[in-house]
Amino acid sequence: MVPPTSSSVTLNINGEKHTLSVDHRTSLLDALRERLDLTGTKKGCDQGQCGACTVLVDGRRTVSCLQLAVAAEDREITTVEGLAEGERLHPVQQAFLDLDGFQCGYCTPGQICSAVAVIEEHAAGWPSAVTDDVRPEAGPPPLTPQEIRERMSGNLCRCGAYVSIVEAVTRAAAERTEATEEAAA
Amino acid sequence: MTVTTTGTETGPAHATTAVTTTVTGAVGTAHTRVEGRDKVTGAARYAGEIPFADLAHGWLVLSTVARGRIGTVETGPVLAMPGVLTVLHHGNAPRLHLDYIGMLGTPPDPTAAVFQNDRVPHAGWPVALVVAETSEQAREAAEALVVTYEQEPHDIEFRGDRPDAFTLDGHMPAVTEKGDLDAELAASAHVVDVEYTTPEEHHAMMEPHAATARWDDGRLDVVDSNQGTTWVADELSRMFSLDASAVRVRSEHVGGGFGSKGVRAHQVSAVMAATALRRPVRVVLTRRQMFSLTGYRSPTAQRIRLGADADGRLRALEHRSLSQTSTVWDFVEPSAGVARVMYDAPAHRTANEAVRLDVPSPTWMRAPGEAPGAFALEAALDELAERCGVDPIELRLRNEPERGPVSGMPFSGHRLAACFREGARRFGWAGRDPRPGLRREGDLLIGTGTAAASFPAGAGPSTAAVTAEADGTFTVRIAAADIGTGARTALTLVAADALRVAPARIRMRIGDSDFGPAMIAGGSTGTRSWAWAITVAADELRERLAGEAGIPAEGVTVRSDTTAALGALAQKERHSFGAQFAEVAVDVATGEVRVRRMLGVFAAGRIVNPLTARGQLVGGMVWGISMALHEEGIRDRVSGGHYGGDLAGYHIATNADVPVVEADWVDDPDPDDPVGIKGIGEVGIVGAAAAIANAVWHATGVRHRNLPIRPDRVLTAGGPHV
Amino acid sequence: MREFDYRRADDVPGAVALLDADPDARYLGGGTNLVDLMRTGVERPARLVDVRRLPLDRIEPTDDGGLRIGATVTNSDLAAHPEVRRRYPALTEAVLAGASGQLRNMATVGGNLLQRTRCGYFADVTKPCNKRLPGSGCPAVEGEHHNHAVLGATEHCVAVHPSDMGVALAAFDAVVSYRTADGPGESAFADFYLPVGDTPHRETALPQGALVTGITLPPVPSAARSRYRKVRERASYAFAIGSVAAALDVSNGVVREARLALGAVASRPWRAHAAERVLNGAPASADYFAAAADAELAAARPLPGNAYKVTLMRNLMVAVLSELAEEAAR
Repeated sequence: MVPPTSSSVTLNINGEKHTLSVDHRTSLLDALRERLDLTGTKKGCDQGQCGACTVLVDGRRTVSCLQLAVAAEDREITTVEGLAEGERLHPVQQAFLDLDGFQCGYCTPGQICSAVAVIEEHAAGWPSAVTDDVRPEAGPPPLTPQEIRERMSGNLCRCGAYVSIVEAVTRAAAERTEATEEAAA
Repeated sequence: MTVTTTGTETGPAHATTAVTTTVTGAVGTAHTRVEGRDKVTGAARYAGEIPFADLAHGWLVLSTVARGRIGTVETGPVLAMPGVLTVLHHGNAPRLHLDYIGMLGTPPDPTAAVFQNDRVPHAGWPVALVVAETSEQAREAAEALVVTYEQEPHDIEFRGDRPDAFTLDGHMPAVTEKGDLDAELAASAHVVDVEYTTPEEHHAMMEPHAATARWDDGRLDVVDSNQGTTWVADELSRMFSLDASAVRVRSEHVGGGFGSKGVRAHQVSAVMAATALRRPVRVVLTRRQMFSLTGYRSPTAQRIRLGADADGRLRALEHRSLSQTSTVWDFVEPSAGVARVMYDAPAHRTANEAVRLDVPSPTWMRAPGEAPGAFALEAALDELAERCGVDPIELRLRNEPERGPVSGMPFSGHRLAACFREGARRFGWAGRDPRPGLRREGDLLIGTGTAAASFPAGAGPSTAAVTAEADGTFTVRIAAADIGTGARTALTLVAADALRVAPARIRMRIGDSDFGPAMIAGGSTGTRSWAWAITVAADELRERLAGEAGIPAEGVTVRSDTTAALGALAQKERHSFGAQFAEVAVDVATGEVRVRRMLGVFAAGRIVNPLTARGQLVGGMVWGISMALHEEGIRDRVSGGHYGGDLAGYHIATNADVPVVEADWVDDPDPDDPVGIKGIGEVGIVGAAAAIANAVWHATGVRHRNLPIRPDRVLTAGGPHV
Repeated sequence: MREFDYRRADDVPGAVALLDADPDARYLGGGTNLVDLMRTGVERPARLVDVRRLPLDRIEPTDDGGLRIGATVTNSDLAAHPEVRRRYPALTEAVLAGASGQLRNMATVGGNLLQRTRCGYFADVTKPCNKRLPGSGCPAVEGEHHNHAVLGATEHCVAVHPSDMGVALAAFDAVVSYRTADGPGESAFADFYLPVGDTPHRETALPQGALVTGITLPPVPSAARSRYRKVRERASYAFAIGSVAAALDVSNGVVREARLALGAVASRPWRAHAAERVLNGAPASADYFAAAADAELAAARPLPGNAYKVTLMRNLMVAVLSELAEEAAR
């Protein structure tokens, strides 16, 4: 018997379930773009070398080009199309828009998904490669521009919008902190 | 200091626009991108993202040899693979018409005119297109396609002393010379005679080239990602011998261009396949394919000889630049051109040379000529400043030309000195100790450097249509391209001011060749060219509406064409200028160079939208960081192909490589432009790499004349302070 | 990419059985390397056995004070784990120095060990490569080798192992656990990667069909003061051109224990035993750090284009050891 080379798979994207038959070779990225008409997620290299295809999988940022669609079954996938609440942009989207954190816009959905996760990773206390002392006793590092730059480095931007990207992430992170403090108060 | 200016520096020359621009004041005020919401929500659709019923997918097959002839293309087994529809190659592809000169004054690059013969002129040359129902099937079949070659020895060795180098005109004459170079050098108190090299560099825009072609009611319709829809439509109509009106090219959102997004193999092969199959065909290039199919900046080997009086005044300036081109298309990277604008000397010689190798065709890449040329020239100026004991800024001010050094024409504006003054103040240049190797923090040596920038301010003929709609809004139609420059937003502001309405009432439609001929997004001319055409049409529309009681349902449309106005422009040296400053830290243990901060101050015409203009200028400076420290396309001598031709092997700057980079500008409206625009897309990269290299010298005492300044080069160079 | 069968394993024996049935099959972990290699044609498996959801995703203390790390623990979770950060900070630093946040979220510990070299000849199926196509030759020796090996290489292959994580694991004497159809097995990290010899395509000591199930870190008191330092050609998101993982236990100015491993210099993470021999019992001073580095690098056989790595690694070892010694003195 010839083994199957495609499967029926249910993908949970932005809270909606989609059942489709996928060639096993199909990446999550291609499934989104070619099969589900969710073209907000971009293909920059198809090799995990640029970050343009970043989406959230179970809340974790992931390059969807190296994620096989068939292996993403039952995961909670969030793409750039799933961030806004109706007409209200996600604070990260709004900050990118206001502070011009992009030019051509092609890396932007990946940058934004990545930034959403960076803010959560930092809030969870994760250190980064530029954190001086990674030991838990040292406490979580402040989210300085240097920390943001390192954490956002998996998203290339050839237009060179990095400076305003860092400004946008800084603003969105501060808004999240304020919101958390208000909720706690 | 003497600066020659003509006309006024205070306002636009055209009275009508001078009046309108004061009314709403949109121009000059920060405005977020009009398509910004679509871009941050993922709603903006790029070329490969527009759905078509019955779409087929094409995948290019590239040569694995660097020179030779195609033997056989074994299509049989591939045609039997699942989903495969056709295989196009030189044996069955339609013949193209290639005997023409295109809109940019060049014949077509045969790399784009695919499958015309069996010659293979370089590794990664397109030899076939496999078309299948799905992209996975097309890719697998393309990889399985067996192509045999009669291989011939190749020559890809680029070096400065190639005996077969020849002078080559590009968009400027190859050679300019005046005075007696040897005599002036002999009479000079200080002489700098140095060689610089820059490597092969790639555009590496984030969106790969993509096109969908289809026949729609007798017309060829191509949805593409390019820098000029009428340009691409014109070339396709000529190649396929179609009436110009039978071709429509659309390109609404473009994920970066930088000079590479013109006519390429993807559109031409997609048109061939759509014609053969009579259904829509999409061809998207892979990242790796882009490295051989979409142009690049040639490596350069540059020799500079400077002779100066004891006080640093130039007596002799020679700048020779060698670049490479392919064996099928002549392109020269005109690095020696920058000296024709920047510095005068009694003896002055500049020459652009090329050598034909078995490599892909190079092309325009952000500040072609100026970017590598200013690296060499501005680094050489720094070396001269050291020899003369003159501050690098003062040296440049002493050598400011009063007129075009080669043309003898007056400058339309020359505010370089103002850039240096403002930049020096903000950067904290005063009191800088010029001696190298003195500032140490542990393993780090710290240094600062500066360099000048310039880029031509030009414009190309364009047409626009502005329609007053019955509902009180206005629709502007122009075949402009927004490749990330913010042109769509800038043009909205320009139209709003010209029509004396709020920007929200303007609907800006761009990226469609059906809107009529227009300049491309290139040479920093796009926004200026299009703004001119829109201003002319809007002015006339406003005058026409003044006498009207109401607007009919179909609206009132005025069209403009700037061809005559541009032809009547006085001949002048028209340029943007800038002063670049950088501070670097060099780790003497590891050889790593990091830029700590950068500042650029520019005189670049009227700034239409400060928000997006800052992005353009800072983005250019980021390219300068990337060029100085990271970028290098490596060719494998044995195979003739790339080594590591992808985004892991070809390093562009990441976010972590880019510190605080500031860009600002001095007032500098162009007196002969209706809006005062000069163009800002390219000047930001010019001189940036030199400022960084000069800072590395200031840190370490070592002149790094070969880019990029890699850790191994720093370690190997050693030096007195390392 | 060729068509393939895809199976998701529910448990470890099931995964091993699914793979064992097909010599053309591969385990799929995070996919960050394998899927890329499949797309570029370097790997053409007929079947993928997805092991990503196996219950091997835990980090647990061992009775003797070490840590057991499951093979499907992601790089991110490994780096963020408080016990890893507390006991083996260089391991966290090494993991965080690798790839990007996205890739670390996907990549697994088991996959990291088994990732392939990023040599540009290996990655390009149009070019010869002894590792990819045994007997086809190694073009790097005469060609581009600016980031190739200076230690332990042969004329058959000069590629380097790209892992950052592995460098720290080498310094801490990790043990790799695996499972075959015959049952569980173990390999000391020192024996895990095979010498290059004339068989560069044979990379590890894993038996055919073996599934890596985890890594055990022994207790290493000196690791509490350890560092990983990576040098690359841009500040982030790039492979190393040289790296060092080091731990230093200093008492009264004398080195009681030094652990040192080097990255991007050999076909495997390189434990610097010769340097350690010089350091142990020696004064914790720059002179001895330099002597230790020289002892390790005496065996270096650089090619014309990568001789800088000898200088780089010497400087890097001295810099990292000096930094640790300074911290110890504080």
